[in-house]
Amino acid sequence: MQADLNTILPEILIALYAMLALVAAVYTGKDKLAAPITYLTAAVFLGMSAYIGLNGSDATAAFGGMFQDDAFARFAKVMILVSAAAVLVMGMGYLESRNMMKFEYPILVALSVVGMMFMVSAGDLMALYMGLELQSLALYVIAAMRRDSVRSTEAGLKYFVLGALSSGLLLYGASLVYGYAGTTLFSGIIAAAGEGLAPIGLLFGLVFVMAGLAFKVSAVPFHMWTPDVYEGSPTPVTAFFATAPKVAAMALFARVLHDAFGGVSADWSQVLALLSMLSMFLGAIAAIGQTNIKRLMAYSSIAHMGYALIGVAAGTALGVEAMLTYMAIYVTMNIGTFAFILSMERDGLPVTDISALNLYSKAEPGKALALLVLLFSLAGVPPMLGFFAKLGVWRAGVDAGLYWLVVASAVASAIGAFYYLRIVYYMYFGEEDAGSTLDKSRSPVLWIMLMGSAALMLIGVISLFGIDSAAAQAAAALVN
Amino acid sequence: MDNLLSIVTFIPAVAALILALFLRGDDEAAKRNAKWVALLATSITFLVSLFILSGFDASDTGFQMVEERPWLMGLTYKMGVDGISILFVMLTTFMMPLTIAASWSVDTRVKEYMIAFLLLETLMLGVFMALDLVLFYLFFEAGLIPMFLIIGIWGGANRIYASFKFFLYTFLGSVLMLVAMVAMYAQADSTDIPTLMNHSFDFTTFSILGVQVVGGLQTLLFLAFFASFAVKMPMWPVHTWLPDAHVQAPTAGSVVLAAILLKMGGYGFLRFSLPMFPVGADVLTPLVLWMSVIAIVYTSLVAMVQEDMKKLIAYSSVAHMGYVTMGIFAANQQGVDGAIFQMISHGFISGALFLCVGVIYDRMHTREIDAYGGLVNRMPAYALIFMFFTMANVGLPGTSGFVGEFLTLMGIFKVNTWVAVVATSGVIFSAAYALWLYRRVVMGDLIKESLKTIGDMTSREKAIFAPLVFMTILLGVYPSLVTDIIGPSVEAFVHNYETALHDAGSAAATAQSH
Repeated sequence: MQADLNTILPEILIALYAMLALVAAVYTGKDKLAAPITYLTAAVFLGMSAYIGLNGSDATAAFGGMFQDDAFARFAKVMILVSAAAVLVMGMGYLESRNMMKFEYPILVALSVVGMMFMVSAGDLMALYMGLELQSLALYVIAAMRRDSVRSTEAGLKYFVLGALSSGLLLYGASLVYGYAGTTLFSGIIAAAGEGLAPIGLLFGLVFVMAGLAFKVSAVPFHMWTPDVYEGSPTPVTAFFATAPKVAAMALFARVLHDAFGGVSADWSQVLALLSMLSMFLGAIAAIGQTNIKRLMAYSSIAHMGYALIGVAAGTALGVEAMLTYMAIYVTMNIGTFAFILSMERDGLPVTDISALNLYSKAEPGKALALLVLLFSLAGVPPMLGFFAKLGVWRAGVDAGLYWLVVASAVASAIGAFYYLRIVYYMYFGEEDAGSTLDKSRSPVLWIMLMGSAALMLIGVISLFGIDSAAAQAAAALVN
Repeated sequence: MDNLLSIVTFIPAVAALILALFLRGDDEAAKRNAKWVALLATSITFLVSLFILSGFDASDTGFQMVEERPWLMGLTYKMGVDGISILFVMLTTFMMPLTIAASWSVDTRVKEYMIAFLLLETLMLGVFMALDLVLFYLFFEAGLIPMFLIIGIWGGANRIYASFKFFLYTFLGSVLMLVAMVAMYAQADSTDIPTLMNHSFDFTTFSILGVQVVGGLQTLLFLAFFASFAVKMPMWPVHTWLPDAHVQAPTAGSVVLAAILLKMGGYGFLRFSLPMFPVGADVLTPLVLWMSVIAIVYTSLVAMVQEDMKKLIAYSSVAHMGYVTMGIFAANQQGVDGAIFQMISHGFISGALFLCVGVIYDRMHTREIDAYGGLVNRMPAYALIFMFFTMANVGLPGTSGFVGEFLTLMGIFKVNTWVAVVATSGVIFSAAYALWLYRRVVMGDLIKESLKTIGDMTSREKAIFAPLVFMTILLGVYPSLVTDIIGPSVEAFVHNYETALHDAGSAAATAQSH
């Protein structure tokens, strides 16, 4: 028991911290404490990520295999914690200036992060579902955080209803799997599924589970909620949606497929390949008509999930490694891009229309250049890191023989480049007379996040700071 | 110095960084400083690159001055030059100071302009020196970004359309090449270019969806690379981005595009397509040859009816690149020698022609041929220089344009007489459109009211043209300057290609007899 509790110590600590902070804030200063709690939460996240990243190098299972702590889980957890901390700090200024700084926000984020940490460590369908629901419930609430805004409540409601549907699908799948495998433990399921092709009942369960998970990573055709939720939620919340939960859901995807259905990879590989291709094309084509940068980023995230899924569809250690590297790079790019979106204001009001960026490069050349780097990186143009992310998943795809998928994704990436270029077009080419420039942003935090993330996209070409070898270790821990 | 190549490659990038970080303000002094820093950096790059040329041993057909160090994701950073690439490196370093000097009249966002050109030079040099597939792709593709911005920010009226077309066209071609590169990596388990040149890729015929693919994997890989290089070259029928890009780009942008960027396609064929996929290349040679010939004849005819001077020269570039692909795929000593020679010489001549257009565009702000006429009366020096490069473009003996065309035609005559016959007619067409352009712009009486006050070339402009005139004549009367350097490498190139084809042929024969 002691050993089990030790294994889940980080999760326990964050959960305890969240409850203590909640009680403390309710009985004392309430929203006046919001800012200190946000910083404290970010500090706790960073502390925990250091603890997880530096501690432990072997794989341990707790509670009879329900909870797995291995290099894969640790890699994903560090990514989740660091990105959540960055997004929390980034969103402060925005929330404060709009009187939306509620003390519940950081606490809900902390709870959803605990859920994500359970997700990536799940070794059992029950643990998986509990982690997923803890994460989702917290996210539903923060999506609707702006109670007086119709858009925001609509976003929260949509997210909730569709999320509940997907949870239902997932639960139904899980019950089928339990019925045919006789256990909810992944180690038991993989034994029941055997090698080659899964028994038909299990296959049914697998497909439903995958549908539920595809909803969480917003892969086509389970993506419809993404643009509306991204647009409707307050921008800091959108930034959060686009980073940590995506990592968690993608890691959970890989975890379930490899730990529970690793023997029958032929069954799920083709499903994933199709999901991946549809996501890449829909993401690339639907984004072309968008004028709202938050919606555009929603479609961009759909497309990016498609690319990352190539790595999972490959079904190999190389594929998982490529997926993890992809997610790490993607999250870094997104933090920078959202730092910029958060700073988009005119007369103190948030602006999300991309035509507001008209000739932005003249007003603020430094920030425009940083965004340019990020956009080309998102489009996958070398020498930015986004290119190496794509290269990694393509390599894994070719290695696994998914040639058609890789060729399709090459075409999709060329189509997708268009809408990133369109933002560059507004910033750099623009129309002289229609000059409606944005306020000068004074937030140093956003500036540092934007510049730091853009600089990483360029410096990363020289060295990836050990992320590649860590991802390789993580993949080796998952696939064996 | 064992990292000379890296030093040459990154001098411009360092200068760009200095400009970006330390140059402040938007006044006259800052603009002047930006121009001088850029000119200085490109000139230093050229001078340092002379060490590469002097240290190069032409009789050695392998890669020289190789640098190699580990890089991320298991790749290697590897640079080197051989007889095929070294002259492209020299062409780039030679043209860039001239390009910068030709942009002296730029007045908007000078700092960014110079940064874009300096970065572009680094990326172009990297393309010609990279000896690792991914490194090559990185330089090759990254060059799109500065060029996209150069066309889009400093371009003409329709610059947005042209810049998007340029970017998306070339990007689509390149990502297919990237897929092929990934496939090669999976097959040969290496991204090292010299290793891949010695690796024999599978060429057993198989069928996809019922279609027989002769030459198997090699043909598919060849086609993927072809998609990229043919667009870059550009070959008919994927050349349509070029006239738009040229017309809308600022003068210096057109010069770089015509003189250097187009050469990347030809270089790619020589470095990848033929040495790495000999069977695939052999299967598709007739297609490529006829595409080249159509390019030569068709685009020459199109050039004849253009109203815009830059568009006319752009189409003439497509035609001249047709000789290059024809020479390369003739795959014999004369053909390949001629193709490389033609690329180098076209770098000088087309660059100079775009500069010629730039000279009068700076004065009159129009490129319409009809807006001019009788310039010889007020601009005698200009008329002389324009005539010289018109003749060189036509391929007059004594200029470098003649040598390249003659060698490629000779090379192709040995391989396919019909192609040679049709291609030779292009020589006549090119004389027709070039001379007609010259007559309409320069000859006749000066009757246009707006031209009455036009002034002749300034000494800065003359100074820019002087080295180009010198090189065009020098290479025209003394071509072995080039062929001595490229000769041994081309010989090895042709020999390897033929050996590979012979081996493949006997392997296929053995497979059939079994």
